[in-house]
Amino acid sequence: MTTLPQTTGKKLGLVIDLDTCVGCHACVVSCKGWNTENYGAPLSDQDAYGSDPTGTFLNRVHSFEVQPETGPAQLIHFPKSCLHCEDAPCVTVCPTGASYKRQEDGIVLVNEDACIGCGLCAWACPYGAREMDAAAGVMKKCTLCVDRIYNENLPEDDRVPSCVRTCPAGARHFGDLGDENSDVSKLVAERGGMDLMPEQGTKPVNKYLPPRPKDVEPEFDILAPYLEPVATDQKGFLGWLDKALEKI
Amino acid sequence: MHPAHSIIIFTVTSGLGFGLLAFLGLGQPAVTGWSAFWYFALAYGLSVGGLVSSTFHLGNPQRAWRAFSQWRSSWLSREGVLAVATLAIMGIYAFCAVFMGQTLTVLGIIGAILALCTVFATSMIYAQMKTVPRWNHWSTPVLFMVLAVAGGALLTAHVLLAVILLAVAGFLQMFSWTRGDTALAQSGSDIGTATGLGVRGMVRAFEPPHTGNNYLLKEMVHKVGRKHAQKLRMLAFILMVLVPVLLLLIPGGWVIVALAFLVHLVGTLTQRWLFFAEAEHVVGLYYGKR
Repeated sequence: MTTLPQTTGKKLGLVIDLDTCVGCHACVVSCKGWNTENYGAPLSDQDAYGSDPTGTFLNRVHSFEVQPETGPAQLIHFPKSCLHCEDAPCVTVCPTGASYKRQEDGIVLVNEDACIGCGLCAWACPYGAREMDAAAGVMKKCTLCVDRIYNENLPEDDRVPSCVRTCPAGARHFGDLGDENSDVSKLVAERGGMDLMPEQGTKPVNKYLPPRPKDVEPEFDILAPYLEPVATDQKGFLGWLDKALEKI
Repeated sequence: MHPAHSIIIFTVTSGLGFGLLAFLGLGQPAVTGWSAFWYFALAYGLSVGGLVSSTFHLGNPQRAWRAFSQWRSSWLSREGVLAVATLAIMGIYAFCAVFMGQTLTVLGIIGAILALCTVFATSMIYAQMKTVPRWNHWSTPVLFMVLAVAGGALLTAHVLLAVILLAVAGFLQMFSWTRGDTALAQSGSDIGTATGLGVRGMVRAFEPPHTGNNYLLKEMVHKVGRKHAQKLRMLAFILMVLVPVLLLLIPGGWVIVALAFLVHLVGTLTQRWLFFAEAEHVVGLYYGKR
């Protein structure tokens, strides 16, 4: 059914730290690798070695420049993938029931065997999280690596989404955002985690941690008191020299 | 949005086809025998042709039957269900009219209501999109409905009604364009809210995620339409409304009406192309394309 569940047992999702992300795109590559080899249709490329290469990606890293009112501009790398929204508009528009949100953990998935590739879910998503695969003709999206996080054949360290496992900067965190005592929830509370386009009413589960304020350079110098002019009303030879130099 | 040919043809011809079916269902004109055959052939040609055309943009059209299942939540699914219901009911009505020489009034009325509901469902596929502020407004379904009924009136040569409806469509179209031009700015979504960084200062897209194109840009960040948008709007308005109305005011029988219909058809195709090409999806904000 493409109606959304009233509540979900867990709210599994990602917390992305915009302060820490260095924009290396390792998460993009690792996502493409894992999701091409595993769950569902592979993420195809078209004209991969030609002059106009395109391809399906479930995670892309943008870079934005923010110019505050005062001070220097800041460059912020911005990874973007499915936010596994609580009110996911992509799910309710699906005519076939291929798009669904899981009751047990809140992951939004596509049943590719039922997807007709109409593209309406991609239209309904404000974040550009869904991409139609040009080879398979079905909609692809982040699965939160549903085939890793519950996979008992993998070492426990690896039972997190591929992007989280691979991030060399530790900018990506995975956990249950429905549990307020989870590490990710604490991180969101501590750092003021934010929603993207809250006005769209999608209630995203994934949160973004804003960049920390930059250090402000102290305006005084600790040596300043020693460098101040010792005397302003010189007398004698130095006083005469001071006045004479000023007149030149 | 990308103006896919299959979808433009689908929304225009199926709108006209269902508009015509609504008139036939109401017995306007109450035709039987061969004349009924030609009327229904035209109505089914337009509506079924449009529906078939709509499957051409699907990635996996062989599974299209699954689209009838989610009518509880999805407007696209509702449209499919309503279209098939209309065609089935009006099929019985048409069979009786053509071969038995009988008009089943009640069945026809039900069919006419279903036909209008189908057009409404089609328009709601677009009007429901919060991500496309230009579409997300009551004027979208109203304009779709008025154009469908005006087309039906033209095809059944209800001249006075057609003139009135075309004039209404013209005013609605003007309003829709004017409102649509500021819809994105008034939606409250901008690059600042899209990134959550707007509170910190002016946000600018510095570097896209890749140097090439992608599905999102091709499908939702289409920009060609805006170059000649004003000229095309003028053209669409003249062909869709102005010329047909002027033609209908000339007393000249069915030839004039047919000519008015053909001009109206070309105008509506232009209008529908603009409807898609000019629609700005908020995902473009992430690419600094809005």
